[in-house]
Amino acid sequence: MSAEDGWYDEAAGPLVRPYTITSGRTPAGTARLDLSTQVMTLRSEQEPAGLGPEHVAIVQLCRHPVSVAEIAVYVKIPLGVVRVLVGDLIERGLVITRSPSHNPAQAPDLETLQAVLDGLIKY
Amino acid sequence: MVPTPVKIIIAGGFGAGKTTMVGSVSEIPPLTTEEVLTEASAGVDDLSGVERKTTTTVALDFGRITISPRHVLYLFGTPGQARFWFMWDDLARGAIGTVVLVDTRRLETSFAAIDFFERRKIPFVVAVNCFDNAPRYTADEIREALVVPDRVPIVMCDARDRDSSKLALIRLVKHAMTVVPAARV
Repeated sequence: MSAEDGWYDEAAGPLVRPYTITSGRTPAGTARLDLSTQVMTLRSEQEPAGLGPEHVAIVQLCRHPVSVAEIAVYVKIPLGVVRVLVGDLIERGLVITRSPSHNPAQAPDLETLQAVLDGLIKY
Repeated sequence: MVPTPVKIIIAGGFGAGKTTMVGSVSEIPPLTTEEVLTEASAGVDDLSGVERKTTTTVALDFGRITISPRHVLYLFGTPGQARFWFMWDDLARGAIGTVVLVDTRRLETSFAAIDFFERRKIPFVVAVNCFDNAPRYTADEIREALVVPDRVPIVMCDARDRDSSKLALIRLVKHAMTVVPAARV
């Protein structure tokens, strides 16, 4: 179902309906995954079994931390589907994530804002 | 180590320069991702009697700035169409705040964005995108026309210019620091 398999058309987009990849599951339980949530693959000794090609693509992409939004772009799957698949990988202990804050309704604290300010001034 | 992500929203009316600003200040070429929605989740169309379920795609532009090994900043341009505003809540959750870009030739197109962030008490600055052929106004004139309170900073900028866009972001972060609730300081 990846681009290489010919299931992606430049003009028409994916030729497989989006939630076919997730067996029809929608991202209800993984709503805490923000667009900016960082996903990083944990090193494992052996190749994990029973993963779909999209799962594998995410595992390979996230050897360095990558955001949910970037995963959607690089793996060419819609955001909602990314959330479901990353949820699977979290459940299986294959990736760790970091979201903007533990409480999603909460804005960053003063210390974080100061770090962002210092970083932007240097940027 | 996994960095902590932080977000800034770039909002404004259609053609105000949101994508331009994301692109000029981002360290990567701006990316576009798509959220596929069913009509049911879009929640705006009357589906009574409609058998076929259709999907709608909303494009989201975003960019990235690596702040430090510990923090990475994401810039998200809001989808322009009014019917996708429910997505703004998702974008704004946990965000530092918003830069509302304003085109002085079409001030009325930014009213809705200003209203949205003001109601939700999300820190925002008004960035007047100084288009070459647009009439120039003072910050006070803009403030009066947009009816924004004195506490909201107004900055003049050129969304095409990296440093100018960066200054708008800096102004927003400084503003957000002044309104962090006391409980979290």
